[in-house]
Amino acid sequence: MHIAEGFLPPLHAVAWGVASAPFVVHGARALTREVKANPESTLLLGASGAFTFVLSALKIPSVTGSCSHPTGTGLGAILFRPPVMTVLGTITLLFQALLLAHGGLTTLGANAFSMAIAGPWAGYGVYRLLKQFDVPLMVTVFFGAFFADLVTYCVTSVQLALAFPDPSSGFPGALAKFGGIFAVTQIPLAVSEGLLTVLVMRLLMQSSKSDLVRLGVAKLTGGAARTEAAR
Amino acid sequence: MSRNAKINALLLLLVAALAVLPVALGMGDGKEEPFAGADSQAESAITQIEPDYKPWFSPLYEPPSAEVESALFALQAALGAGVLAYYFGLRKGRRQGLAHNRGEQAGVARSRGEQP
Repeated sequence: MHIAEGFLPPLHAVAWGVASAPFVVHGARALTREVKANPESTLLLGASGAFTFVLSALKIPSVTGSCSHPTGTGLGAILFRPPVMTVLGTITLLFQALLLAHGGLTTLGANAFSMAIAGPWAGYGVYRLLKQFDVPLMVTVFFGAFFADLVTYCVTSVQLALAFPDPSSGFPGALAKFGGIFAVTQIPLAVSEGLLTVLVMRLLMQSSKSDLVRLGVAKLTGGAARTEAAR
Repeated sequence: MSRNAKINALLLLLVAALAVLPVALGMGDGKEEPFAGADSQAESAITQIEPDYKPWFSPLYEPPSAEVESALFALQAALGAGVLAYYFGLRKGRRQGLAHNRGEQAGVARSRGEQP
């Protein structure tokens, strides 16, 4: 769930927009570079964007008695690195702001920062970290997607607490309040997102192993590795 | 069902359980509006903290009713699901085509008396 239209004071809205803009520009460059260098990536890029589209349209009930939706940004961040996901995530946010009155144009900068920048980078960081320790691929994918999802909503809570500190308890009080609304609600949803991302990654391992190897996600195994080694 | 398909089905089942359990266990009971969106809860938290705050911008287009809104959300999910299905379908078709061609080539080689 994104910050609704007009619900960030103008100064904050502009500041988050300024903070997000360089990431989006850099991401757009990374995306065009990827498509030019590997035209065969286009299909998988579309599939990653589509995954975000599906997941961020699903409002799912949570343990807090409220509803929220996953982000679907972990998959693209792991496959194509976070800058590319920044573009795909921002497109999704723009679609929702323009057609669904969900999120908003004035809050696009802040929402892009949480869902398309902070989330993907956090998920990618966790994924890379676990990979260093030779954790099985599907476990790294689960935690990568889990943190991409959860961190998004932690950042949303921080953004709102910065804009609306509690009159008596200040920033920490407001953070606890918004964190209770967004971050706690998100925990089971982040688990769901982790599981769904693992599912899609398993399907990709079956159908597009060579793409995953090229992108550095999967290693060559079995017969393919032997032919490669023989060369 | 292969082991692979079983694991995939289990993953989907777990996701479904995670979504259904909060409702089945009545975790929204006693709320003013059970299972409302977290974003609208945040809006009311903002008006609690700063009662004078007025949103200074409104959406350019707003779906005229909750029904139309849910239709648009369904459309978003359908678009995404369609592209994903296209991707996996295309991949599967290519793989099968490749396997088919290999089989044919092997057959031709055999009929010529060569080693496949």
